[in-house]
Amino acid sequence: MADQLGTVEGEDYMRKLWIGLTYLVFALLLIAPLGKMVFGAFNEGIGGLTSAILRPEALHALMMTGFIVLTVTLLNTLFGMMMALYLVRGSWMSHSIKRFLNSIVDLPYAVSPVIGGLMIVLMLGPGSIVGAFFEKVGFQIVYAFPGMVIATLFVTFPLMVREVMPVLQEIGAQQEEAASTLGAYGWTTFWRVTWPSIRWAVVYGVVLTVARSLGEFGAVLVVSGNIMNKTQTATTLVYQDVENFNVTSANSVSLVLAVFAVGLLLTMEWAKKRKGVH
Amino acid sequence: MHIEVRNLNKQFGDFKAVNDVSFDIEKGHLIGLLGPSGGGKTSILRMLAGLEHPDSGEIRFHGQLVNAIPPQERGIGFVFQNYALFKHMTVFDNIAFGLKVKKFGKAQLKDRVMELVELTGLKGFEKRYPHQLSGGQRQRVAFARALAPEPQLLLLDEPFAAIDAKIRQELRSWLRELIERVGITSIFVTHDQDEAIEVADEIMIINQGRVEQKGTPWDIYKEPKTPFVATFIGESTVIERGSQLKGFEEEAAQPGTKALIRPEYIEVGLAQEFNLLSVTEEGIVGHLHFRGSEWMVEVQVGEHKLITYRSLEKETLQPGQQVRVLVHRAYLFNEDRSWIAENRLKEDPMPVMI
Repeated sequence: MADQLGTVEGEDYMRKLWIGLTYLVFALLLIAPLGKMVFGAFNEGIGGLTSAILRPEALHALMMTGFIVLTVTLLNTLFGMMMALYLVRGSWMSHSIKRFLNSIVDLPYAVSPVIGGLMIVLMLGPGSIVGAFFEKVGFQIVYAFPGMVIATLFVTFPLMVREVMPVLQEIGAQQEEAASTLGAYGWTTFWRVTWPSIRWAVVYGVVLTVARSLGEFGAVLVVSGNIMNKTQTATTLVYQDVENFNVTSANSVSLVLAVFAVGLLLTMEWAKKRKGVH
Repeated sequence: MHIEVRNLNKQFGDFKAVNDVSFDIEKGHLIGLLGPSGGGKTSILRMLAGLEHPDSGEIRFHGQLVNAIPPQERGIGFVFQNYALFKHMTVFDNIAFGLKVKKFGKAQLKDRVMELVELTGLKGFEKRYPHQLSGGQRQRVAFARALAPEPQLLLLDEPFAAIDAKIRQELRSWLRELIERVGITSIFVTHDQDEAIEVADEIMIINQGRVEQKGTPWDIYKEPKTPFVATFIGESTVIERGSQLKGFEEEAAQPGTKALIRPEYIEVGLAQEFNLLSVTEEGIVGHLHFRGSEWMVEVQVGEHKLITYRSLEKETLQPGQQVRVLVHRAYLFNEDRSWIAENRLKEDPMPVMI
């Protein structure tokens, strides 16, 4: 009996140890750096924070990030949804092609963003045929806004597709077929039947895309060249500030990004709940 | 509407789902497509709806070729196996969908929807969502939604498969009455023969992508044209060597001739119950099952186990009891042909046989 009690107590003790360890890892990995960053941002008081954020290069970088997020989210939502629809419903594609495309969609998950960026530079940079052509007509891709958008699109592409596809598969094609036998053509069917079923998945995909493009660093760094007041984004500015031992500025810009990120996470939780409802 | 189908073919990969199918359906008839799962029934239905394209063959509505006409323009109503209701719309909006697409005026739309709500007994449920309804109610909504735009042909894919047995019975007769009242040509797919026999005016037996037989339930039961139909419809026992049956030695003389025996083809009883004892065979009663209004009797005759029914009025048999068995009729078939044969000894009271 005493022996048995001992084991139960021992188990209890082990469980407490594991729970404690988990909290510790969580705190060390997530809470501590966040706290350090917040304190760092207020290192020189509110004045230090505002002057760091109101530097012209900081404002420009935040604006660049904003534009990229906006453009990438729009494009990725549109093409991600179309890709998901074609992969699930497209009867004009053979199964093997669909399988191939389906696995290609995940490529950005596996390929390092830096390598993704490098591929874009090699393919569309001034040294390449396509890049040289666009350069000649006065349209710069690499080391400019379009290249940065392409790089961020590359990184975020799977997010929307992977959110929408399972929902489309789950609802099946029958509701859409029912709509077509009732006289509705593609567009009506999409808006009145398909869209209401996938909209929360799309919202979720948008949130993920925004979050990912807000924080993208590697691919953008390679493609943009990180030129101050021109192609510098918030993340690459933070990187530069750290390089220059400008810790307060780095923390301040990081704080702005972190606030957005937390806001997005809250939105995501809300969208997740709604996704389950309808 | 009058429907003609000629030489319809459909292949999915290597699988021939529909194989050279032709048939005609008269206006206003209610047809059941009956057959085992994977036999091609649903593919035929989907091709009629325009949801699937035939590889070859012709489909004509009112004599007009519709192969190239999309489902939106065919004037059909389709009820899906799992209803496929628009789950984010209320019952009212579900039924109104087809009317809104056709740009009905507001007042006219409301009248038509309410008319269908009454017709299908859904009054008071208009504001509910599909997930708030029972299986039977969902089926009614699917039915009302399909009927709302006044289609000329109603197609139903396994309409009762997802409903529990008790309500299924009730819905069957309800559906039959409703289709009769609306007077619309209807085709439904089922793998349940009771359902087909009870609901349909005419049955088409589909197996391995082919039409095995088309006719009224009674005709098909009475005179099955192929061995498949004979075994698929009704209860039966197949005897591998038909010539082993007493009274069918000559009819089934050709090697490879099998005999199919239905319960009502056989009479089982005590020796004194038969006038012509010479025609009967000896048998031993196996299991007895009480079937409410009669006994189902399993009887062992030689090496064959036959099944028949016996009235409750007659003396009750006991398992293991020695009885006499008279085979009145048999459905004989071999590789060349199939036919129904009567017991020869019965016709000739003084047989010159050993």
